[in-house]
Amino acid sequence: MRHLLDTKTLAREEALRILDVAEDMADTQRREVKKLPTLRGKTVVNLFFEDSTRTRISFEAAAKRLSADVINFSAKGSSVSKGESLQDTAQTLQAMGADAVVIRHGASGAPRTLATSGWITAGVVNAGDGTHEHPTQALLDAFTIRKRTFGDDSRGRDLAGLRVTIVGDILHSRVARSNVWLLDTLGAEVTLVAPPTLVPQDVSAWPARILFDLDEAISYGPDALMMLRIQLERMGAAYFPTEREYSRRWGLDATRLAALGTGSMVMHPGPMNRGLEISADAADSPRSTVLEQVTNGVSVRMAVLYLLLAGTTDERGEL
Amino acid sequence: MTEVLLFRGARLEGGEAADLLIEDGVIAEVGTGLTRAGATVIDADGLVALPGLVDLHTHLREPGYEASETILTGSRAAAAGGYTAVFAMPNTSPVADTAGVVEQELALGEAAGYVTVQPIGAVTVGQKGERLAELGAMADSRARVRVFSDDGFCVWDPLIMRRALEYVKAFDGVIAQHAQDPRLTEGAQMNEGSVSAELGLAGWPAVAEESIIARDVLLAEHVGSRLHVCHLSTAGSVDIIRWAKKRGVNVTAEVTPHHLLLTDELARGYDARFKVNPPLRREEDVLAVREGLADGTIDIVATDHAPHPSEAKACEWQAAANGMVGLESALRVVQQAMVDTGLIVWADVARIMSRTPARIGRLADHGTPLSEGHAASVTFYDAAPVRAFSTDDLAGRSLNSPYIGRELPGEVRWTLHRGRPTVVDGLVLDTPGVRA
Repeated sequence: MRHLLDTKTLAREEALRILDVAEDMADTQRREVKKLPTLRGKTVVNLFFEDSTRTRISFEAAAKRLSADVINFSAKGSSVSKGESLQDTAQTLQAMGADAVVIRHGASGAPRTLATSGWITAGVVNAGDGTHEHPTQALLDAFTIRKRTFGDDSRGRDLAGLRVTIVGDILHSRVARSNVWLLDTLGAEVTLVAPPTLVPQDVSAWPARILFDLDEAISYGPDALMMLRIQLERMGAAYFPTEREYSRRWGLDATRLAALGTGSMVMHPGPMNRGLEISADAADSPRSTVLEQVTNGVSVRMAVLYLLLAGTTDERGEL
Repeated sequence: MTEVLLFRGARLEGGEAADLLIEDGVIAEVGTGLTRAGATVIDADGLVALPGLVDLHTHLREPGYEASETILTGSRAAAAGGYTAVFAMPNTSPVADTAGVVEQELALGEAAGYVTVQPIGAVTVGQKGERLAELGAMADSRARVRVFSDDGFCVWDPLIMRRALEYVKAFDGVIAQHAQDPRLTEGAQMNEGSVSAELGLAGWPAVAEESIIARDVLLAEHVGSRLHVCHLSTAGSVDIIRWAKKRGVNVTAEVTPHHLLLTDELARGYDARFKVNPPLRREEDVLAVREGLADGTIDIVATDHAPHPSEAKACEWQAAANGMVGLESALRVVQQAMVDTGLIVWADVARIMSRTPARIGRLADHGTPLSEGHAASVTFYDAAPVRAFSTDDLAGRSLNSPYIGRELPGEVRWTLHRGRPTVVDGLVLDTPGVRA
């Protein structure tokens, strides 16, 4: 694997390979000594143009457990107008000898620009770009769904026939986009639930059913219900009238949690707005996978870095 | 004394072959088997002779943004593309909203000498959309401004737009509107549709263009004024213009070469060379604007030549500037999209790229027939070759062309501006009229 930029172009075999390697990584994380020597001497740069403590420390933990050297580069608000350009930053990292760059950026497509510009030779991992994609989040979500469903029998399996419902601000969500493509690739059936203002204007090409009614979606008995964080600044832009109304119509409260089948898992990429899109009851219930998602995030990111930096490659340099 | 030129065997507007004798800046004689002692004879066998092209929509960047383009370098780019006149948009620094700035641009254009540089004046002071600029002063200046535009910004306030449309009637002016509802396009990055949904780029909906055009044609009808719609880009806009013309509204419309050829699918690689405003649209829009151009709903092709330095494009899509250079490639793109597809013939090209833009802009001595006594602004074009477009084809200061690496037909062989060669055998002269 040369780069991980999105899940849209990730083939089923590649995705399963990442998930299976992540299983191996998860096994090593149950040992007393969690550190592996695999990436000793490799340098991983966390290039974060946006604040995201959770994602950054997850990548940092993953790299360190593989014995890579980690450089954290926080370059908030960089653009031609505000200071150093992406090109200059990238070339600086190249000069420092980065082997992999994990990039979080507010502009959709910035990781692809970085990977295709010729500015660097390092592998690029997209850790979230604007409102485009967040592929490692989708991979850890798929890993979590698979693990919850199949347990120790997970390896080699896809998500065929499983029903996953994603609720919230689809329009601005990179998590939703990455999940739609990956879940579809893995054979799951995807339903999106959102206020009509927060669905992209044309989703005719998306392999997903669109609903506006959360109760209807719950009545179909999804295997996984994924609640997305709602950004309160969306209210100012008239996407929905008030926090209270959003919570009432699209929040997972105690009543809806009760209506959800006991076999359904409740997911959230974090950080949660408790009491807004998800009630404390739901977040803390045994059906919640929130903390497993965090744990699995490290394993999945270990797998991605491993396949990027130490994985077997054929002549094309592909996975 | 300029040299006397005799072009032999050029197909006039793509029709019959004839000889053209050029002397003292005018077409002295047209016929077959012409001879003239002392004339330089040029074999133009098979070349298409067109009245020199006229671009109603060019950004020359001077004064203020000389890192992107100057009036001299933009004039060279124009000549390379077969143009003999360009209308310079006023979004310079300072904005061309006074007689002083437009006269300076005119003078710089005359000094460059490659093409006629006709300044466009801003509609409102500083293009801020708040109060009218001194339109009359610009009209009465030596630059004789007749086209006014806040291009880059929409004259959004309906009352200001109404007043501008009314006011310019006093001197036969026209308002060239950049139709874009600002509220519907806040932060917009590309066409809103299936591709923007996937790429996570904020959408620029077709309705933001169409609603302004609909309003403006109704305003123009109401006050009996002349309206020109810049860079129309959607199928819906074509329908609205068609409807307005049927009602007798005095409206003209332009389309850019890139909206005749390229679609929003090109945004997929996040290569900011394809970022432009209005954005590249869907394939059905491309087909609709081609059809509108062929049936006369759309009157002209204008380039919206928008040079930017490389750092404004070699960056994240969201941070990149809007715009593409287009002067050098326009005729070749029109050949590919319109002529080679059988939608129009070369006589139509003469109309949409020379005669009508000159008429809309009230530019005398351009877009005139290829017949005796008219100014010798002529383009000789070879439609036969097909080559990949490259930076070698660019003659301006900036390289932000979306066509680099793309196969395009045709080659401009000679451009004459008022009898003076500016392009000879496909190469732009270092000094207009001076051949090596």
